[in-house]
Amino acid sequence: MAGKPISQMGLPNSIANLFQARNILTAKDALSLTEFELMELLDVAMDVVTSAISHISEIACPPCQTALSLMENHVKNDYLGGHLPTRLKGLDDALCGGIPFGALTELVGPAGIGKTQFCLKLSLLAALPTSYGGLDGCAIYIDTESKFNSRRLIEIAENSFPEIFHLKGMAQKLAGRIVVLRPTSLTEFTESLQQIKLSLLQHRVKLLLIDSMAALLSNECEWDQKASRQDSLGWHMSFLKSLSEFSRIPVVVTNQVRAQSSDYASSYPFQVHVRDQSIRNSERSESHLVGALGFNWAHAVNIRLILEAHSGITLETDNGIEVAGPDINTIRCQGMVLRIP
Amino acid sequence: MEIWSLPFSPSQRAKLLSAGYTYLHSFSHLSPSALAADLDVSPQEASDVLRVVTQAGMMRKPDSIVAGAQTAWDILCEDRTMNHITTSCEDLDGILGGGISCKEITEVGGVPGIGKTQLGIQLAVNVQIPVEYGGLGGKAIYVDTEGSFMVERAFQIAESCIQDIMDKVLQTDDVGVCQENLHVNAILANIFYFRICSYTEQIAVVNYLEKFISAQKDVKIIIIDSVTFHFRQDFDDLALRTRVLSALAQKMMKLAKKFNLAVVLLNQVTTKCTDGSFQLTLALGESWSHACTNRIILYWKGNERCAYLDKSPSLPLSAAPFSVTTKGIRSVASSCKRMRTT
Repeated sequence: MAGKPISQMGLPNSIANLFQARNILTAKDALSLTEFELMELLDVAMDVVTSAISHISEIACPPCQTALSLMENHVKNDYLGGHLPTRLKGLDDALCGGIPFGALTELVGPAGIGKTQFCLKLSLLAALPTSYGGLDGCAIYIDTESKFNSRRLIEIAENSFPEIFHLKGMAQKLAGRIVVLRPTSLTEFTESLQQIKLSLLQHRVKLLLIDSMAALLSNECEWDQKASRQDSLGWHMSFLKSLSEFSRIPVVVTNQVRAQSSDYASSYPFQVHVRDQSIRNSERSESHLVGALGFNWAHAVNIRLILEAHSGITLETDNGIEVAGPDINTIRCQGMVLRIP
Repeated sequence: MEIWSLPFSPSQRAKLLSAGYTYLHSFSHLSPSALAADLDVSPQEASDVLRVVTQAGMMRKPDSIVAGAQTAWDILCEDRTMNHITTSCEDLDGILGGGISCKEITEVGGVPGIGKTQLGIQLAVNVQIPVEYGGLGGKAIYVDTEGSFMVERAFQIAESCIQDIMDKVLQTDDVGVCQENLHVNAILANIFYFRICSYTEQIAVVNYLEKFISAQKDVKIIIIDSVTFHFRQDFDDLALRTRVLSALAQKMMKLAKKFNLAVVLLNQVTTKCTDGSFQLTLALGESWSHACTNRIILYWKGNERCAYLDKSPSLPLSAAPFSVTTKGIRSVASSCKRMRTT
């Protein structure tokens, strides 16, 4: 919409020609200038500028929907009402059905907590036929840390869905639907993303997993270069979001954590007095972990699932709703089944 | 008043100045044909010039000192009838003087995950509370730039809002009437949703809203979630960004005043280095921070979510705790655990 040429907008010829003469060709060019600037540039009266801008704005503006029609569209068009059920009952309840389509979901947690295991399970769920609660499509698994293990995937599959996997050829079919990419640099990753966008529809891709985002950047530059690191992700953030929204698929990204460094900003100017209190000191000494990739990335993510190890194992969603132990049916680690009592 | 301050196009202005018309009073008792002859322009153009001049002149009421001014007493009388949109959290409403005020721009900022979008959705639902139950009975416009609006969550919040109202009216006999009028689908149908994918679309939406609101009527709140997202990615030219943002802020202010509605802008945080230490601050820079009338910063205080009123023309700066529950934004009742990882 932003790139729509002004010549095609149905403006009166006189004003359209003026825009053309001044090299203001798209809606983006016209709307980036204030009305006074346009008046100066085009040398026309103010009311002409105002009506031209409101005409351009009306055309460049995306269509209005009501929240009700959004909901009805999701129910009508998306598989399973627009969510991928994770089969963890408490989590699915908290997420209103499962990992949402059309949004960026982030899995954050310390090393070894189970992010990759979670991703393996999700890729399996995407590949399953709809009769078993899956999405019946391909899953693209972008593995930047070489953690993808096919044997483990098959083990999870055989233990979770024994009735399907014992059918002949099923294992090959379902494992064949999970496509693994191993980019070694940010540029390779960017290229892969662009190719994925082109082939999404024809290959019925239903899930995109990136494990992990932080590893790509840690290869590229020093941790000290905060600003450049965050900027380089700007394009990827927007791209992933638009990809997930236009093709209505869930995009899951894992993130690492790192210890809070001394220059980590954690308080506002009006909170200065808090720093002296002892409560604050004791919290800091708990070695507070922060998600890698910074605030810019964190803001871009729609849903954040934080995996933490407490005395049991709990999962909490981003809006602080704790999904307590008894609601989680099982978590399988290292091939063992832990049933939470 | 001088000619250069009036909205003339450069060529018109050049002609007027070269013909010696520098002040407003140069035009007194001038007919269009005389002006046309003097400037050597068509009569149509001359009458357009005179129309702009008379409009500028008409702004001066005979009994007011300066054109377009209101007395403080008039403003006070208006303020008494000013409406507030409740946030469903009594403490938060308390520090805001009753809730989010109409006719003002309120900026809400905070770290990721603190509850900005939740507050936005809560307000979009609360604005629709009928007048007889203490609300505004209006509609909401939700401009989503990040894709964080979850319809299912809006459904949950709307359901809980209706439930709260029903609980309150349980004592009276109006329960039956209440049940008929309040329905979740009706609430969702009154939230107008725009999904914005670039800053051009964001500017286009703000320009288009005037026409949209005139057609719709009853829109009482505009929420932009978040105003920062596209301006942080695409812009290399920071001077252009500042100009565009201030134009945006002015248009929003105009909308707020003209249609008597509340504008809520959700903002992200960034870090700022002051005196060698890094502190959190709202994004988009210093010049943007002047645009809003009120500013609320949502932050973590230990394990609790708090809101701090950071800027207000009339209320003291203070903080209040709040919580995000399955029902939406509510006062702090039980402890809400914060992650050890943020």
